[in-house]
Amino acid sequence: MDSFRERITTAVNNQPQPTVTVLSSLLAVEDAIGYIPQEAVAVVANRTGASINDVWAVASFYPNFRFTPPCDHRLEICWGPSCHLSGAMPVIAAAQDALNMDGEGDTPDGRLSLRYNTCLGACAQAPVIAVDHHLMGRQTPDSVRTVISEALP
Amino acid sequence: MSFADIAAEASRRWPQRAGSDVAEPARSLGQVTDPGDGAGDPPSTEGGPGEETFALTAGSVPWIRVGTALCGKAAGADAVIDAIKDVLARNTITSALISEVGCFGLCFAEPLVDIQLPNGPRVFYGNVTPETAEQIIVGHVANAAPVVDLALGTQGGSVPGIPDISQHPMKRNETRIALRNAGTIDPGDIYQYIASGGYHALNRALTEMTPQEMLEQVNASGLRGRGGAAFPAGTKWNFLAGSPAPMKYILCNCEEGDPGAFNDKGILESDPNTVVEGVTLAGYACAARRGYIFIRHGHNGPIDRARQAIDQAYDLGLLGDNILGSEFSFDLEVALTGDSYVSGEETALMEAIEGKRSMPRYRPPFPAQVGVFGQPSNINNVKTLAYVPEIVARGGEWFAGIGHERSTGTAIICLSGALNYTGMVEVPMGLSLREVLYDVGGGVKGGKELKLVQTGGPLGGVLGADSLDLVLDFEVFRDAGAILGSGGIIAADEDTCIVDLTRALIAFCQYESCGKCFPCRMGMSHLLEVLERMCRLEGEPGDMELMRTIGLNMQAGSLCGHGQLGFNPVSSAIKYFGPEFEAHINEHRCPTGACSRQTFSPRLTRR
Repeated sequence: MDSFRERITTAVNNQPQPTVTVLSSLLAVEDAIGYIPQEAVAVVANRTGASINDVWAVASFYPNFRFTPPCDHRLEICWGPSCHLSGAMPVIAAAQDALNMDGEGDTPDGRLSLRYNTCLGACAQAPVIAVDHHLMGRQTPDSVRTVISEALP
Repeated sequence: MSFADIAAEASRRWPQRAGSDVAEPARSLGQVTDPGDGAGDPPSTEGGPGEETFALTAGSVPWIRVGTALCGKAAGADAVIDAIKDVLARNTITSALISEVGCFGLCFAEPLVDIQLPNGPRVFYGNVTPETAEQIIVGHVANAAPVVDLALGTQGGSVPGIPDISQHPMKRNETRIALRNAGTIDPGDIYQYIASGGYHALNRALTEMTPQEMLEQVNASGLRGRGGAAFPAGTKWNFLAGSPAPMKYILCNCEEGDPGAFNDKGILESDPNTVVEGVTLAGYACAARRGYIFIRHGHNGPIDRARQAIDQAYDLGLLGDNILGSEFSFDLEVALTGDSYVSGEETALMEAIEGKRSMPRYRPPFPAQVGVFGQPSNINNVKTLAYVPEIVARGGEWFAGIGHERSTGTAIICLSGALNYTGMVEVPMGLSLREVLYDVGGGVKGGKELKLVQTGGPLGGVLGADSLDLVLDFEVFRDAGAILGSGGIIAADEDTCIVDLTRALIAFCQYESCGKCFPCRMGMSHLLEVLERMCRLEGEPGDMELMRTIGLNMQAGSLCGHGQLGFNPVSSAIKYFGPEFEAHINEHRCPTGACSRQTFSPRLTRR
């Protein structure tokens, strides 16, 4: 437990940029341990002089923050207009079918988290997905099924 | 270290090959306006009237450049690099230089690899796979014979059987200013940037120009904001320069949430030093002391490149206290935001830099009076600032001579959707949409008919296929009810259902509403509900009128463009394709058949 708290404190205290804020500290925690645990909120409040309430206000605003430990893998599928027009819908349907899900979320065994994304930034390669932050373009229902079966052997 | 020493070190590390047949003319955009500007210029300028040309080389070894910007990575550039290293090792070639470069613009051909032998032309290979990489390296590097069958084009010299890349449709119309180094230099090496003419503008400004003289050049250039609003950059800088406050900020906006636009990230990742130099020059002109480059977390390529460029600039005394020995001091850092489209709005951006929820502020006071941390601030888009070094180096008149009427300079366009050639191009303002889509973009994929284009991000709305004679110009687009915006152009073919696309656009807007103004927060949700109903072919009479009422309320009752322009996607779609909406509502029928399939509208409400 102590080492867990230490990782949080280290992440918050060792940010590379000069300007340290509530948001930059939360992003640092998320980068370090993959989510915002309860104890991180107090650490961030302490470091930045903000109230616990203020920290929660920021953490709850940005949908990239999660508050439970992350899954082993993260699959993001873009549904922005470029990807939509290039066939993102069938890709999402295939992924949900393979994972037995109807929306975003984590698989019950905690191995994979499926997230929609509004733009992954490689629109010329649409439809785009990202597996553990690694971008993959020109996806099809078949290719996304392969990606999932490789991530979850 | 003086700038002359830095420039000499850059030329020593990255020797240039001058002459008429060299690879990329680094300053090929017309004549040098001031032939007497001497010492600071690249070595190749001496004596040569007209086109000055030079190219970086890797000295006496083959230079292998691989595009590894976002598109390159998405297409599998990492695996290609591994394969290249492996082939080189197996053929015991130890003297080749591999560089990870940015975006050359030909995203449809990624992974893009190019090889330049010492004194040879640059030969580009498109859609490289680990398998073809082996063939290319063995042929071109090990045996010095370009692989004609796999080559896309050459630059700076010819190879029998391979076309000149400048004749490729995507390259033919290009005038590269902000993208001049993209895909050509290693963005991680500041010396390559300097050897290509970089930081000469900053040196010139600090030694030869007062801030006022620099402002005059920017005013003369007619440069207008490339983030969407097209406000004259010089006027904006004048506001900030006029403020006597001791602490002023320059904010560079790279929070590019518009789906279909990736040019901000593309520039920052491909040529971060240009952006750093542009921000620093803006700081000099406005007497600002600090700057931020603002970008969404998670886009690690652009973020890492920007941080590298800043660190290297500090090391060489190009940032920090008393830059290049002058009185001017400027500090710059990267600020990250979380997932939020509205963060890109200028006042929401300042809230995010301060670490808060990125919600827009009331205006006035305007940022030039009360900006980030309560201090006067100026906000420009990445593209706007990326033009500044070249404007200072060549003069405002030169920039004003390119473009169309009051829209001077170039447009940096991202093409995506149903086109044969997708990618990022920089073309002069004044080119028509038809030329952009059919010449540059190679026409619609699969020989289908173009149905519509979507420009300026989700809030920009759509244009019907009868709008192709519009030319790239802020006023022309505005008068047609569209937004040129940040340069994203998404093409849709005849199979696209307009109601389904509008639903997707509104789903995006609903997801990204920050929630501060209830007409936007609730209006978007309500619009989405109505559009989903139409897509299920369960539309009701009166739905069109209902959407109009919601839209008018959003326009009237929202603080920022997200709500004010949020009805654009719907109103523009109805303007061009009204009968299709009617068919969904009155006949419960989707003319393209797209609406019989399952759809997803992810939903989030921020409170």
